[in-house]
Amino acid sequence: MVVQALKDQGVDTVFGYPGGAVLPIYDEIFQQNDIRHILVRHEQGAVHAAEGYARSTGKPGVVLVTSGPGATNAVTGLTDALMDSIPLVVLTGQVPTFMIGSDAFQEADTVGITRPCTKMNWLVKDTDKLAGTIHEAFHVATAGRPGPVLVDIPKDVQFADGQYVRAEDADLGHYQPRTKGDAEEIAELVAAIEVAKKPVFYTGGGVINSGTKASELLRELVEATGFPITSTLMGLGAYPASGDKWLGMLGMHGLYEANLAMHDCDLMINVGARFDDRITGRIDAFSPNSVKAHIDIDPSSINKVIRVDIPIVGDVTEVLQDVLELWKSRGAKTDKTGLAKWWKKIAGWQEVKCLNYKPNDKTIRPQHALTRLEALTKHRKDDRFICTEVGQHQMWAAQYLGFENPHQWMTSGGLGTMGYGLPASVGVQIAHPDALVINVAGEASWLMNMQEMGTAVQYRAPVKQFILNNERLGMVRQWQELLHGERYSHSWSEALPDFVKLAEAFGCKGIRVSDPADLDDAIQEMLDYDGPVIMDCLVEKHENCFPMIPSGKAHNEMLLGEAETQGAIDAKGSVLV
Amino acid sequence: MMSALHIKRGSNSHSAYNLRSTFSDVQEKHTLAVVVENEPGTLARVIGLFSGRGYNIESLTVAEVDHTGHQSRITVVTTGTPQIIEQIKAQLERLVPVHRVNDLTVEGPSVERELALLKVEGTGDQRVEALRLADIFRAKVVDSTLASFVFEITGTPEKIDAFADLMRPLGLVEVARTGVAALARGAE
Ligand SMILES: Cc1cc2nc3c(=O)[nH]c(=O)nc-3n(C[C@H](O)[C@H](O)[C@H](O)COP(=O)(O)OP(=O)(O)OC[C@H]3O[C@@H](n4cnc5c(N)ncnc54)[C@H](O)[C@@H]3O)c2cc1C
Ligand SMILES: Cc1ncc(C[n+]2csc(CCOP(=O)(O)OP(=O)(O)O)c2C)c(N)n1
Repeated sequence: MVVQALKDQGVDTVFGYPGGAVLPIYDEIFQQNDIRHILVRHEQGAVHAAEGYARSTGKPGVVLVTSGPGATNAVTGLTDALMDSIPLVVLTGQVPTFMIGSDAFQEADTVGITRPCTKMNWLVKDTDKLAGTIHEAFHVATAGRPGPVLVDIPKDVQFADGQYVRAEDADLGHYQPRTKGDAEEIAELVAAIEVAKKPVFYTGGGVINSGTKASELLRELVEATGFPITSTLMGLGAYPASGDKWLGMLGMHGLYEANLAMHDCDLMINVGARFDDRITGRIDAFSPNSVKAHIDIDPSSINKVIRVDIPIVGDVTEVLQDVLELWKSRGAKTDKTGLAKWWKKIAGWQEVKCLNYKPNDKTIRPQHALTRLEALTKHRKDDRFICTEVGQHQMWAAQYLGFENPHQWMTSGGLGTMGYGLPASVGVQIAHPDALVINVAGEASWLMNMQEMGTAVQYRAPVKQFILNNERLGMVRQWQELLHGERYSHSWSEALPDFVKLAEAFGCKGIRVSDPADLDDAIQEMLDYDGPVIMDCLVEKHENCFPMIPSGKAHNEMLLGEAETQGAIDAKGSVLV
Repeated sequence: MMSALHIKRGSNSHSAYNLRSTFSDVQEKHTLAVVVENEPGTLARVIGLFSGRGYNIESLTVAEVDHTGHQSRITVVTTGTPQIIEQIKAQLERLVPVHRVNDLTVEGPSVERELALLKVEGTGDQRVEALRLADIFRAKVVDSTLASFVFEITGTPEKIDAFADLMRPLGLVEVARTGVAALARGAE
């Protein structure tokens, strides 16, 4: 029945790991060919792989794991998906209903444990309700602000015969979030667009969540108004990096011009972003003189952190459509002279070239490694998917790689989960077998879920693991340098494996490069190899990631590359993370 | 000087996570009526929201109000700045099993009632005085022995507080309160 419900929902892939409490479902899977099951090596890997699948396809990711340890291993992934608004349906096995509460073998209170890290979860105690609950689960995961949901299914419920309900007949409950924006607020936004002298679009993951149409509308609006645009880490690709209105990413490690534009603007148009603390820095100094509009499908995102003047609750696609229509019908006006001045000011900031770095001919600088990766994969932008782990390399990837399309950038933003990238890259590659899928990794993060290399090899997923190996927990080391008197407490990656031999042990290809002169050839070799590759790129060990807005500082107090950093973060800021 | 830092909760100057100070600091008490799907785990989800996000619960009552429609009503009394109250409502509203949230404090006049049982032990004058006060408060005696009474009282939480305060010197030994139930006044 479970497999039938999944088929009804159009599921083609399930990431999972079997165990006693889900054997009946695995038996069903065995006897059919419509749904492909990908056997991971750890349940956390299953969830991240499903996240990669979901983010790169726009469809919900599906996971199947057993009770007890299977379910608890999924918790990190669930929390990650909740923070980043990724739609997932996770099915867990449970001990039989008559044994629940008895500390039975591999029993855990799965719905209790996962309640705070799911959008919704259900324990199904009646087989007649099983199919309907699964259909409702898909609805809840994808409607409104997407998120992970979990259905816990006791083994006796899996075995019993029950009434099957088809997807179109299922009762989806009362959950129907509003998607259409309020006309009055939209009119206010349009009026603000017409007179703004220093506007900026601040876009986020909500544009990606809303689907490809949202990105198209955003591009149309940006081009038509001529307003500059910046994006959060989660929204990269919604507007193309090659577009001439693009200011680059904003935030703690965002670009100088993007952050200063946010600070100085008179109209901020937030499209599907949530005023995260990596963006706002010091709240009371955040963009002090702007009128702020906020388009978000989740009313709780609005006025949560920053008070806005024009709140618009709705889906990005629908709201942008209405905004464009109204703005055009009123003559598509903007303040052209104001804008020209604004762009001139921005051009001055761009002159700073905050991403510039001095190349080094002895050791590979990580920025250089990514610049070369970008150059050598540029021609494949339409089918190039980038995943990352968490740390400095993640920020450099966001800064030095250019994203042209939505759904091609997978990263753990809200939770910042080390170990996300490798399994996510496997999930992406499974969904796009012929695409170029690269995981930009730090060696420490990568080790956290390296067992998933086995999954990549088993399913011939030719993922490229591009490890920027600084033999350090680089991001931690950077904070210790800036905040803790250069006392590098436990931020070394000691006793690292030989990554080339590790690759061979997994049955894939390993490449090591340490000389800048060999870098291009090594990258090319990685790209040309028809199969999974682990590339160990030995980089400068004590590189810092700049620009950086120190914690507790305002946007206009940013540290630039190669800047004097001592004392940059004062005692107040050092308690923030 | 990391160790010298003592950061007070809610003081925005020190922390990017404390976002109150740009808004009003006045603490308000609000009574929220939350109509939810009556299914296992719903109450846990609502309570988990309050504990997980650090909101206050002063009083909470819950019972099924519509058996056929599978609906329960949770009445929760909470305190916070106006912005926190708005956040609480928005966070409650986005929970999947929540049908609707009404803020009875701002949506016009409402009636609030709570029921309490109080056990008062004593003899002689104290006992007479307890009975006399109970009469003034329209509390009912629902159990009595030669040395004790159990009073039942209904009213606003403030009235019950006042009654309990008076009973304390007269031998109050135990109190059980239901928490607040509330409805908006007038026709729908
Ligand atoms: C080490 C590290 C450093 C970081 N540094 C930075 C940094 O410098 N800059 C940066 O930007 N980030 C940074 N991040 C990421 C940061 O923590 C947040 O994850 C990110 O900024 C949040 O992005 P977002 O605001 O786009 O929100 P998301 O988490 O993507 O949330 C999306 C918002 O859109 C809404 N939404 C969803 N669907 C729709 C829809 N269909 N219609 C309308 N609205 C919708 C949601 O309700 C939500 O409010 C960093 C992360 C790490 C781990
Ligand atoms: C699971 C988990 N544990 C700890 C952290 C804290 N943390 C953030 S970045 C980082 C270091 C990452 O090192 P590495 O993967 O080598 O990347 P680098 O910063 O060197 O590029 C750590 C430990 C985290 N984000 N996730």
